[in-house]
Amino acid sequence: MAGSDDRWVGQAVPRLEDAALLSGHARFIDDLAPMPGIRHVAILRSPYAHARITKIDATAALALDGVFGILTGTDIAAGLDPLASAVRAPMEYYPIAVDKVRYVGEPVALVAAVDRYVAEDALDLIEVDYEPLAAAVDPVAALDDSAALVHEAVGANLVHHRTFRYGDPDRAFEEAATIVDLKWRYPRQSSTPIETYGAIAHFEASPERYTVWSNFQGPFILQPLMARALRVPGNRLRLVAAPHSGGSFGIKQALYPYMVLLAAASRMLGCPLKWIEDRGEHLMASSASADRADEIEAAFDSDGMLTGLRFRNLVNTGAYVRAPEPASVYRMHAASNGCYAVRNIAVDNRLVVTNKTPIGLNRGYGGPQFYFGLERAMDKAARTLGLDPVDLRRRNFIPPGAFPYDAPAGAQYDSGDYGKGLDLALYLADYEALKARRDAARAEGRLFGIGFACGVEPSGSNMAYVTLAQTPEERVKAGGRSGGAAIATVALDPSGAVTVQLDSTPAGQGHGTVAAQIVADGLGLRPEEIQVVTALDTQNGDWSLASGNYANRFSAIVVDAIAESTGRIATKLKTVAGDMLEVAAEDIELRDGRARVAGVPDEGLSIARVAAATHWHPAGLPDGLEPGLRDSATLSPDVLDAPDETDRVASAVTFGYLCDLVAVEIDPRTGRIRIDTYVSVHDVGRVLNPTIVEGQIRGGFAHGFGAALLEDLSYDVDGNFLSGSFADYPCPTAADLPHVTIGHSETTSPANSLGSKGMGDGSSMLTPAVLANAVADALGRDDIEVPLTLDRVWQLAKGAS
Amino acid sequence: MKPAPFAYVRPETEDEALSALGEYGDDAVVLAGGLSLGAMMNMRLVFAETVIDINSLQELGHIERQGNWLRTGTLVRQADALIASEVAAAVPLLQRGLRNVGHYQTRSRGTLGGSVAHADPSAEIPLCLATLGGEVELKSQRETRRVAARDFAESALSTCRKGDEMITALYWPVAMGVGTAFTEIAQRHGDFAIVAAAATAWRENDGLSFSLGLGGVEGCPRVLDGTAPAEDWDAAVKDAVATFVDTLDPMEDPRASAAYRSDVAVHLGVDTLFQALREAAV
Repeated sequence: MAGSDDRWVGQAVPRLEDAALLSGHARFIDDLAPMPGIRHVAILRSPYAHARITKIDATAALALDGVFGILTGTDIAAGLDPLASAVRAPMEYYPIAVDKVRYVGEPVALVAAVDRYVAEDALDLIEVDYEPLAAAVDPVAALDDSAALVHEAVGANLVHHRTFRYGDPDRAFEEAATIVDLKWRYPRQSSTPIETYGAIAHFEASPERYTVWSNFQGPFILQPLMARALRVPGNRLRLVAAPHSGGSFGIKQALYPYMVLLAAASRMLGCPLKWIEDRGEHLMASSASADRADEIEAAFDSDGMLTGLRFRNLVNTGAYVRAPEPASVYRMHAASNGCYAVRNIAVDNRLVVTNKTPIGLNRGYGGPQFYFGLERAMDKAARTLGLDPVDLRRRNFIPPGAFPYDAPAGAQYDSGDYGKGLDLALYLADYEALKARRDAARAEGRLFGIGFACGVEPSGSNMAYVTLAQTPEERVKAGGRSGGAAIATVALDPSGAVTVQLDSTPAGQGHGTVAAQIVADGLGLRPEEIQVVTALDTQNGDWSLASGNYANRFSAIVVDAIAESTGRIATKLKTVAGDMLEVAAEDIELRDGRARVAGVPDEGLSIARVAAATHWHPAGLPDGLEPGLRDSATLSPDVLDAPDETDRVASAVTFGYLCDLVAVEIDPRTGRIRIDTYVSVHDVGRVLNPTIVEGQIRGGFAHGFGAALLEDLSYDVDGNFLSGSFADYPCPTAADLPHVTIGHSETTSPANSLGSKGMGDGSSMLTPAVLANAVADALGRDDIEVPLTLDRVWQLAKGAS
Repeated sequence: MKPAPFAYVRPETEDEALSALGEYGDDAVVLAGGLSLGAMMNMRLVFAETVIDINSLQELGHIERQGNWLRTGTLVRQADALIASEVAAAVPLLQRGLRNVGHYQTRSRGTLGGSVAHADPSAEIPLCLATLGGEVELKSQRETRRVAARDFAESALSTCRKGDEMITALYWPVAMGVGTAFTEIAQRHGDFAIVAAAATAWRENDGLSFSLGLGGVEGCPRVLDGTAPAEDWDAAVKDAVATFVDTLDPMEDPRASAAYRSDVAVHLGVDTLFQALREAAV
């Protein structure tokens, strides 16, 4: 491990979280019992995709021993306001169905009982009369005039439509030498964390306030929205994160309607309530990425330069537009050029409601769908133009001297050298040899293909990018929105021990370890000496609208707040130590647990002793210094400004880069895809902890691999849900994953003091596109959709051979 | 995902178990490994007034040779059968099939008899038993009877077991000096097979005889019995398998279309049968 001259940041420091996780001592939401008298909740859910509720009779269920109370949508909605979203349309979204159900799994009634067993027994006794209605399921069919209306008051299922133009796309297409286009469907998918949703809600009558413990991941911009629905000021809704979360990957954002539901029910039933979602509920009704019906056109000049892009996106948002939707289609918007120097871009975004579960955050959030279009189109263009797909990308890359790069739709790319990363990928894959092997395989009649894809990875979101869903005029009327703050608090207690508080609600990523590395470097300590508290408590800790665990926020922004706060603490420590040692503060260095005089290693004091002095002897402090050692740094990167009147927005703080090169061989008899080679090169800026970075890349790849080959939350034409168990929704286990060769091509980010970029999403965004590209190359056809299941590949191969 | 209330009985002897079954009959379920039953009860897809847990009945966990049969007690764990030398020597097809059953963890709990009783269309163990012409021993207070495995399953998840009966053992024909092979296609290793093929072949007269079982195609295993010349059997076998698959009515579900199942059943059936024939012909 580190000698005294080394820094902890950049080292493969073992994760401080793992001992508790591996030894069963980590405490998750289901382990918590914050007060006595908790009742257990089970939720009755709609078996219909679309139906009017004509009657609910809970008499028999209420009579069951151990049942404490039953509430229906009508009961609950009487005490709530609807949950708001950025799309203004007459759709009232309550966390429980009121007059009609709009998707299979929508909550219909809530039972509180002595335990979950009895609560589920009671569910079986509730009688609900439904009047089934025709369902709108498919996003394209739902646009038809004859389609069933999900929300009658809206008058249509199309609830949002905006178009955007950057540069002069029409001219680019008029003057193009070559235009390629693609049209495809993208499936609904889930994040499948091993721990499902869970929450404990407690209403106290005096003073009136709600407390909700949960594994909610943020963003905490949803806290004021929850408070508004509960009709209380923000300080009457306290949210507490469980000490550990068993994975989230975005999906635990959509826990918040249940938090509101439980809070309201706790008030009405007069007792604290606990609900732990089961796997069936989770797959059916928690949240999902959007299924989409998208189109892309790409224009090229005679030199193979990409001159224009047109995107037409149709997003199936499910039964309601649940905040922060429609953010999923705007996440990548400002970076619609991907890695390329193209300046002329047109985007057409439509949002359609259907009788499916509402969508929300899911790893990669909008990225997998975006890159499936852009990178599939680039591969198709290469074939059309007769160019090597790698060369086509290279000639269109934003050149390394162009950073920071002002992207056409407003993204400010912080740094990058895309060609260098590409070189590394080609080297690691031995691209020329791989192509020779492809030729040899094809000569034998085998189906062998090579795929390539590359992309930028926006990290550390601007909270305002979702307001692109509003017109510039609507935005002015609504009031300005911008920013993406991070808050970190570093404190040394009277014993000199360090505690760090984060607002990043990690779900297993190892934020605590990296925070400890940063603080240890700043204060001359060892990481294991630092206690990092990640159980965010909105009453007792610092938080902002942007707090939470999403959009690779941690290593883009949060780390900078940690470093800033640590720096200020270090300065104060040096000032106090200088005073105690009677030398100038500038001559003090913090090393090996001591504040010592630079150049005179034997002269110094333990940091603990200096810290103690600030608590025990405030009167002895130099003039102007406050007692104690506690600092809270709040940062919001300046670049994250409000969207302008031309709909340009700096959507994120850092833009990592990744490129994947893959070779596959397909067995036409069974549709089996064998991954021959998989190389993934990443620019995550400065690597803060190589072990954690590698884990994130492999995890992102696992999600992308599942999305590419296995996963589809499928419904039949009537809206019945078909993927309600892990037998019906197969996601890859570690044993199902192929080997991935990982490379790093680093460009330091100027966006924060550590030089790091956000990362973790990247491979989940690109893997579906690159595998589809490889399959397209193997089969010589472009009508490729995911998931590439055995049956689907078998059918495609039949057509190809 | 919590089961509805049920009474729990844990008999200490086989007689007690049969007596409980005689008493509760169709209102009872027998719990062996519980891998399917537990999940189905948790999801409230199966309701039972009484669960009869037979895990104390150690006498049902034995493997023994009885003449030309290998008798495996109903409680023999899949993991134990997989490594048992008696199984390897006498019923190599079962060992090959067991490698595809679930995962290490589930095989430690899952039983041979439980899998046959559950009668999942794609399950490997009943497929092997049907292919080999094995038998299922059923006991009740009334009688003990043996039913041919090919007649035991009537449709998906449905068998000819009567309410007061319990599977007590499986009888596997001992296969000395024959060829066997097992192959399956699943989206991931350990998943329910989309198509599974089990084959056994042996020398008979001057040629070869074989049985080819296909699982996952229809609601129950389907078996083709046939003969092949001692060599150059390729065309004959391909024809026989294709003709056989033509007579099947493949299932259609979100995992795979009927057309996929049908096509893969031919490829897999031919490949698997070739392997068994090659082994038998040596």
